[in-house]
Amino acid sequence: MDLIIDIIKILFIFTLIMGVFSPILGWVERKQSALMQDRVGANRADIFGFTMIGLFHPLADALKLMTKEDFIPQGANKVMHTIAPFISFVPALIAFAVIPFGGEYIIHGKEINLVIADLDVGLLYIFAFASLATYGAVIAGWASNNNWSLLGALRASAQMISYEVAMGLTIIGVFMVYGSLKLTEIGAAQEDFFKWGIFLQPLGFVMFLAAAIAENKRIPFDVAEAEPEIIAGYFLEYSGMKFIMFWMAEFIEIITISGIVTTLFFGGWNIPFVPTATLISFFSSLGDTWANIITMLIHIGVFFSKIIFFIWLQMTIRWTLPRFRYDQVMKLGWKILLPLSLLNIFVTGVVILLFKK
Amino acid sequence: MELLAFYILGAGAVVTAVMMVIHRNPIVSALNLIFTMFCLAGIFVLLNAHFMAAIQILVYAGAIMVLFIFVIMLLNLRGEDWPPLTWKKLLASFIGILFVGYSLIKIIGIFRGSMLPVATPLPEDFGTTRIVGEKLFTDFLLPFEVTSILLLTAIVGAVMLAKMKIDKG
Repeated sequence: MDLIIDIIKILFIFTLIMGVFSPILGWVERKQSALMQDRVGANRADIFGFTMIGLFHPLADALKLMTKEDFIPQGANKVMHTIAPFISFVPALIAFAVIPFGGEYIIHGKEINLVIADLDVGLLYIFAFASLATYGAVIAGWASNNNWSLLGALRASAQMISYEVAMGLTIIGVFMVYGSLKLTEIGAAQEDFFKWGIFLQPLGFVMFLAAAIAENKRIPFDVAEAEPEIIAGYFLEYSGMKFIMFWMAEFIEIITISGIVTTLFFGGWNIPFVPTATLISFFSSLGDTWANIITMLIHIGVFFSKIIFFIWLQMTIRWTLPRFRYDQVMKLGWKILLPLSLLNIFVTGVVILLFKK
Repeated sequence: MELLAFYILGAGAVVTAVMMVIHRNPIVSALNLIFTMFCLAGIFVLLNAHFMAAIQILVYAGAIMVLFIFVIMLLNLRGEDWPPLTWKKLLASFIGILFVGYSLIKIIGIFRGSMLPVATPLPEDFGTTRIVGEKLFTDFLLPFEVTSILLLTAIVGAVMLAKMKIDKG
């Protein structure tokens, strides 16, 4: 029974991310850029004349890229060139295993916890695997036997090292406030609206979002790709399915970042001013089980609405800001984010010591 | 099941560690070392030390090895620049392995002679972040702080060495 529930949870997350979010994000990205550049945007792919506001474009892209030649450049390391996209793709996906998309509900006398793996080291697990995604970029750039790719890989690894430190230190403030690494406990602690991470750790939120976008190598931190400088950086020599895997990895990482930000700073599945108990008692006329099921569905909806909001925020940032210069990226990481995150830890510690007696 | 996982992870760790030493290409060697770290993290999980496993991947595989690869790429080390293997070298490594193997067998023999304590069931919260933290800041506070001072000294030393070169040139 537990196994069946686990499999259902895994399938739910997997289909939602792979089947719904990541294809549609390609379309969202195009539409967002069109919106901000005053164009009409992706609207040409049609089936029997229906364009569905461009929603067929992901399908057309997938068909096109799947039928393209899988090209491996001369002198490239074939094995490494082939596994690099997988290395960047898999860590982004499995990080979602510890993000809770709902609280705990009792259905037919059975407690259901809406998280795939409720690890004691939850957040550390995410960081451990997020840091492995670097190797995808680094190996891809190295194995391509191309100077531009190698430069991209070098930049990617330097940037990752710099921002990993700042990111890790930023969330220490969150651990200190909630006293746990378990994402389910952090989420449950934010049932009270004024205990949301954004109020307790405002500086932490801003720095975490900046570091997370830098980790994902998106504008304004995309010096590892930087088409005008090094063409496309580490995935320059990729085509077809392998190329699309780098894209998917980026999109999935956007979703994962949104999930982490929602759980740590924006109350996870909780609705402001409406605690779970109130919600369940509101539907109690339907019986215990149904009240729990409806509450669960509402919470899942709330969680993914918050995720969609943060995806939109990241898309807007992507199409608003220009790219930082390489030295500016390094300066921001080491000279601004790192000292600020240390200061954040210090101030958080002092406040906890003074007020939590 | 647990035993099978241990054998797979252990074999993986040994094989990748050997590959790390014998492979000619420095990048491939570094990647093999990452796989070794991974297998070790898996063994930590089998030992119920989840915190250690996460830190193992986060620090060693995620941060330190990225730095290694960064340096290898920056210096653009390539395997083919290295001198080829000669019979002399092969003979030397064979004799070396012989000696190391002999001493390993002797050491294992000594350990076998001594009895290991009977395994007791682990407490419920073994290996959790809270317990590791409590131990670090109570029983092992002095080693913990001394280690951090040692690391600080290393950082200051590295900066000094680099700065001397910059000042000169």
